[in-house]
Amino acid sequence: MNLFRNVVFIAAIAGLVAGVALACMQAYATVPLILKAEVHEQAEGGHSHENAAAPAPADAATGNAMSSSAPAASNAMTPAPAAQAAPEEDEGWAPADGFERFAYNVVSNVVTGIGFALVLVAVSEFAGGIGNWRQGVFWGLAGFAIFTLAPGLGLPPELPAMPAADLTQRQIWWLATVVATAIGLGLIAFRKSLPLTILAVLLIVAPHIVGAPQPDSFETPIPEGLHHQFVVAVTLTNLVFWLVLGAVVGIVRGRFTGTATSLRDSFA
Amino acid sequence: MNTASVSLGASVSSQSRFMQLALAALLGTFIIGFVGFSHIDAVHNAGHDNRHSMAFPCH
Repeated sequence: MNLFRNVVFIAAIAGLVAGVALACMQAYATVPLILKAEVHEQAEGGHSHENAAAPAPADAATGNAMSSSAPAASNAMTPAPAAQAAPEEDEGWAPADGFERFAYNVVSNVVTGIGFALVLVAVSEFAGGIGNWRQGVFWGLAGFAIFTLAPGLGLPPELPAMPAADLTQRQIWWLATVVATAIGLGLIAFRKSLPLTILAVLLIVAPHIVGAPQPDSFETPIPEGLHHQFVVAVTLTNLVFWLVLGAVVGIVRGRFTGTATSLRDSFA
Repeated sequence: MNTASVSLGASVSSQSRFMQLALAALLGTFIIGFVGFSHIDAVHNAGHDNRHSMAFPCH
């Protein structure tokens, strides 16, 4: 299992570096926008996980009783007091705002980074391996196109309180788009054949012809400008994440393989 | 995973090589799936900002 161990080792380092970098970028670029959106979400009537149009059924009953505890609440929105009083009860444990939330974000970024790095290193080894940081940057670009750009066209990054279709259906579409785009790019890059390249283009386009699952209603309390800002921030932070991930894989792999021609002959 | 490949050093057979790389990719997919796609509330809430910022389907 030398090869497996080496792949995991390289992926762990690359995922750690890129994940921490991504978490720091998110702290400035995306998380403030999520927090802003959550203010809109609270005003709208709680953390509704399905269509924002459907208020929680308990709100109407408790609205009057809770009114004394929410003096500043807008009188036009009766659901607001109940939603502010008990969001945690509805959704289970969540990290406290501030440092704890940031810490969990760092951890989940690092874990996600290691996951992506494992896939990146394993797949690139099939194609001969990422030899240096520059090759890594190109592999990173491919990862960005596969995991951010392609699914993001049909399912743009969402802020909390934005309407969306059924979660499982979106996850299936996301996964299918990623797989189709990855196969497509692989065919273009590694098969020097015109018919296969045409097939690749069809594969990349197909998920968007099928179309991503769309919500019943597009009504949302989130301002259009805020969402647009978020889409740009998510796309750019993920671009940098993938470039860093690929480059670090190239650097670490080059350092440990040394003169060895392939990863399996290295520091075993 | 399989005991045969433990003793293999530099001359890993192509089948073992394929298995090890496939295993690594599978592990990575599993990790991404757990952090980004899990329907468990606590996992969702812990990775909430990350999920939104990675544009995973969320909520």
